[in-house]
Amino acid sequence: MSPPRHKPFRVLPGFNLTLGYTLLYLSLLVLIPLSAVFIKTATGGWDHFWLTVTSPRVLASFRLSFGMSLLAAAINSVFGLLLTWSLVRYRFPGRKIVDALIDLPFALPTAVAGIALTAIYAPKGWIGSLATAYGIRIAFTPWGVLLALIFIGLPFVVRTVQPVLEDLEVELEEAAASLGAPRWETFRRVTFPALLPALLTGFALAFARAVGEYGSVIFIAGNIPMVSEITPLMIITKLEQYDYTGATGIAAVMLLLSFILLFIINGLQVWSTRRIGRTV
Amino acid sequence: MSIQVQNIRKQFGSFTALNDVSLDFPTGELVALLGPSGCGKTTLLRIIAGLEQADSGNVILEGNDASSTSVRDRQVGFVFQHYALFRHMTVFDNIAFGLRVKPRAERPSENVIRKKVTDLLKLVQLDWLADRFPSQLSGGQRQRIALARALAVEPRVLLLDEPFGALDTKVRKELRRWLRRLHDELHITSIFVTHDQEEALEVADRVVLMNHGEVEQLGSPEEVWGAPKTPFVYSFLGAVNLFHGRSAPGEVQVGEQSLEHAGDALPAGTEVIAFARPHELDIDTDLSQPNGIRARITRIRAFGLTAHIELERNGPNDSVQHNEVELTLDRLVALQLRAGLEVRLVPSNLKVFQNPSPSTLSADHYIASGI
Repeated sequence: MSPPRHKPFRVLPGFNLTLGYTLLYLSLLVLIPLSAVFIKTATGGWDHFWLTVTSPRVLASFRLSFGMSLLAAAINSVFGLLLTWSLVRYRFPGRKIVDALIDLPFALPTAVAGIALTAIYAPKGWIGSLATAYGIRIAFTPWGVLLALIFIGLPFVVRTVQPVLEDLEVELEEAAASLGAPRWETFRRVTFPALLPALLTGFALAFARAVGEYGSVIFIAGNIPMVSEITPLMIITKLEQYDYTGATGIAAVMLLLSFILLFIINGLQVWSTRRIGRTV
Repeated sequence: MSIQVQNIRKQFGSFTALNDVSLDFPTGELVALLGPSGCGKTTLLRIIAGLEQADSGNVILEGNDASSTSVRDRQVGFVFQHYALFRHMTVFDNIAFGLRVKPRAERPSENVIRKKVTDLLKLVQLDWLADRFPSQLSGGQRQRIALARALAVEPRVLLLDEPFGALDTKVRKELRRWLRRLHDELHITSIFVTHDQEEALEVADRVVLMNHGEVEQLGSPEEVWGAPKTPFVYSFLGAVNLFHGRSAPGEVQVGEQSLEHAGDALPAGTEVIAFARPHELDIDTDLSQPNGIRARITRIRAFGLTAHIELERNGPNDSVQHNEVELTLDRLVALQLRAGLEVRLVPSNLKVFQNPSPSTLSADHYIASGI
């Protein structure tokens, strides 16, 4: 006689409930609306889709949106890391206030941010007028777009790197120093590799946010065709022309490109995490 | 290389971590800094390493004042309690780190580095782990790798901060014997910090006992164990029985009772603390004799070579004092002891100290001694 078989059980509670809920939730909020984009696009036919997304104005907007978003995320990664470093590692008066300021781009309505940035960086604004004196125009050019995207992406980098840096033992840096490593070598070989996975997450979040950003950008961009039109604006424009399949077509391309880029960043992250000897 | 620290003071806010500490560490010795947590031993080690700066005082390395030399240039090997291995590097890269970050002119070639790291891995007996990551190693292996990494840069001194503190007992014992052998092989001046008296006495050539930011005693393990200079040292090293009393000619009066005590003449009436190790106390079941202190047996542990008898007695102000006596098994049988029995404790040897201030040396030191 074979020994009685026991019903297998799980120790962690709520598996069925939470997984079921996750699938339902994701379907209702993400999957179904997004697949609607593709379905609607398909109703317009291939020729219409191809003509729309390869028109010079739309292609220019792709270049601007994705190019500036990547650039903004990269700039945020550098300066966000610097900011996080000084916030975590040093104690200075007003540190709490600086810490709270970081979150402002999260909380501020994007239109308010856009208008404020425009007011300051426009040729007649405080900083804009100074820049104009040196022949630099910020607002109503692609640089204005970049500025707005840096503004809204900053908290993502800081808030993802901050907890990791706080948990990083000072002893690692002390050990490196006791082994004779100069400060730069310590940062390059010890601190930075430990922060890289979190930094990549921050980069990905800042990038994703920047690609989809609308409110803060349209005010400062000036929206000059072929120069400073972002892709979300192109979608709105198509909608205003009642060209719904055109709008969803652009959206579908945007989704696809974003997905591919995020997939690559995720891959990089897995690679960098593996490198520090953790299983993912 | 010799190390001297002179008049080191260190203050953290209102807490005095080190109060005018001066010590000499001769070349080639393995010295233990021993004391309870918060006694300043780790701070002293970090100041010697250059990871921390003293508020005043000097650190002299090989006759040269190194007080303002950065940790990068002090050429000290430092081993941390929690290993501080670089997680994203293999064991090999961890050990090679110190060689690879040298300025280009001093940096050895990759071949020399390979040879050196391999030799060090053999020295710590872990040469098969070169390609593993630290997360794949056990605690004991990690600490040996950390030691190899510190040795790679040929430090002039080796400083170890609670090196075995995060390991389990069995691995600890193994590793400290191994450290001792390694030191006998390399003869590098080494200081290690520990709160474990057994570890300090077993491994070190010399022991520095610290308490409240000051040095209480310095000497060989035999000296500090056999001739403790202060009540703190006596109670910190090993289990101890302690009696508060008043000195009288030829005896110590504890409340209404008395303990015979010859020598160490203190003026009669002085407040004293008397110490006896568990094996220095005998038990007498005859309650009619005047000498000795009455106590009640609470528990008898009769395994191993000797028996341990736990007792309770009434102290001043309705407090209950705990005592421990170590007897041979024969003696235990001869006395027919059992729990609940009222007996007299008679010391064969008693160490008497003047009580510096009756409040400072109380229960906390007794607990620190591990009873």
